[in-house]
This record gives sequence, structure tokens and C-alpha cells, in this order.
Amino acid sequence: MKPWRDERLRPVFAACVTLGFAVGVFAVSFGVTSVSAGASVGQTCAMSLLVFTGASQFSAVSVFGAGGSAASAFGGAALLAARNGVYGLAMAPHLRGSLGRRLVAAQLTIDESTAMAAAQDDESHRVAAFWITGLSIYLFWNVGTLIGAVLGSAIDPKVFGLDAALPAAFLAMLWPLLRERRSALAAAIGATVCLVLIPFVPVGIPILCAALGILVGVPRPPLVVPADGQVSP
Amino acid sequence: MTWTFVFVLAATAYGFKVLGLVLVGDRQLPPILDRCLALIPAALIAAIVVKDTLSIGQHLQLDARVAGVAAAAVAAWRKAPLIAIIVIGAAVTAALRAAT
Repeated sequence: MKPWRDERLRPVFAACVTLGFAVGVFAVSFGVTSVSAGASVGQTCAMSLLVFTGASQFSAVSVFGAGGSAASAFGGAALLAARNGVYGLAMAPHLRGSLGRRLVAAQLTIDESTAMAAAQDDESHRVAAFWITGLSIYLFWNVGTLIGAVLGSAIDPKVFGLDAALPAAFLAMLWPLLRERRSALAAAIGATVCLVLIPFVPVGIPILCAALGILVGVPRPPLVVPADGQVSP
Repeated sequence: MTWTFVFVLAATAYGFKVLGLVLVGDRQLPPILDRCLALIPAALIAAIVVKDTLSIGQHLQLDARVAGVAAAAVAAWRKAPLIAIIVIGAAVTAALRAAT
């Protein structure tokens, strides 16, 4: 299958380019912040290539920039990276295949790729959306980082409202999930838990605690009686 | 920042990412776990929308982002394409900032 020939994946490609632009501008600003916090260009690019988790990277360099210790920089960054483990659990049933393929997929398991996959209706589109999004964000993130680290001057993402582009994108990917009652309930619980915890616990923990919303899945779903009268679980 | 820091953080971040994928692997999960894991994207993405719209670090903060994301929500409700929703969210936020 050639995913770019598939009519139904066009929106995914279009969104990846738009989202990629926003992510790229943030990457430029990461590159600038990282170098000015004392990291070399090599270290800055290595972070984006190897760590590849924007929130963790920003958190680490801002702690170093403020004169914090390596231990505190590591603690905050690790907390922010932990949610990717939860995404891995969610993506695992969809990313079957060889171990090598899964090990590559793991590096691309981030907010954007998981969200874009979840927003698709059928299984093959889900897998394609994961790879398209993961690879394009990887490209934009690393090119942006290099530009920022080398040139050392960034446009402020806020001027273009790009700090709102990311939540807008996540909201758009969340939208189709809300049609289903259980997902909508899980989303409401996740959002509420996160909002309530933000002022009281370190950054990174509220998102992890939002996973409490998945407990909605514990009770067995009621039997659905479709129009044709055939009962299915 | 040292190279050791970069590599330790990279290994930790990759460790988290690989944990779920390898832990579950090709195993068939019991239905209750399947049902719960399927709800992870909804619960976590909703939390990210809230965090990115209403907070900076540990502080709750209402600013132009709220208007942008609200406009994006209307666009999503009117079934606008994903690309339009992203652009509307950014444009409304930028316009409001420029105007104030």
C-alpha cells in the first residue's frame, strides 16, 4: 500500500505538514535555549535525535539555564518522558511485527503520533497515521533544532500563536474519540484530574495521573443491540 | 550539561517508550486490559489539551490561547478539516495577542 495514494490519509499528511511547521518553530527555539543554557551544538542536536521528547528536552535545558543541578534537570525530564511509556501500552496492540520494527516505532511513540493514530477509524489507517506523523515530526524537530542551535536566534513561537497550535491540533485529534461514550467519559476524567493537580504537583505528574480515566474501561460494556436485531458484545 | 547527561536522559526516555511496546508485545491481552488500554489516548490527550491551554509550568493561566483553542473547538464541531482547526487555533491566538 502506498499511503500517499490513499484518499483517506490525505488529511493526515496535510495536518503533519502544518503541525510539523509549528513543531519545527518550537524546535528552533529549543536549539536556541539549549545552546544559551550552555550545551554545545552537538549535545543539543544529540538531545533531539536521541531523547526526542520535546517537553523533557525543554524542561532539562531550562533547569540547566537557571543554574540547576543535573539531578534536578534529570528528574523533571524523566517525569515528562514517562507518559510515552503509557502511549507505548496503548499502541502495542496496533504495532505488531518484528522486534526491529517495534524498536524503531518506540522512538516515535510520542503525543502527536499516538493522538493521530487514535483519531483514525480503521486499523490500517491507524498504523499508517502513526508512522507518517512520527517520522514527519522527527524530521521537523531535528532540522528545527539544528537551525536554532547553529543560528542562535529564534522567532518567538507566541507571535504566530503557535503555542495554541499544539493544543488545537490535539483537540482536533481528540474530537472523533468523543463520539464514543466511554472515551468521552475517560477524556472528561483525564482533563479534570490534570487541571486539578497542575498547581499542586511537579510538571509531568498531572498527565500521568490523567491515566486514571482509563478505569472507565473496567466494567464490561453493555450488550449492543443493532438495528438488525443481532446481538454482539 | 555533559554528554553523560545527554546519554542517560536519552536511555531513560527510550526506556519508557520501549517499555509499553515490548511489555505487551505480541501477547493477546485479557479483554478488561484491552478495554482500558484503548482509552489511554482519550484520557491523556484531553489532559494535554487542558495543560497546554490553561497552564504555564505549575501555574494556571488564562490568556489568548483559551480563545484560540475555543475557536478550534468550534471548527472541530463544525467538522472542519484537521489542518483548518490547527490554523484557526494559531491565527485567533496570534490576532488576539496582536490586538491587545
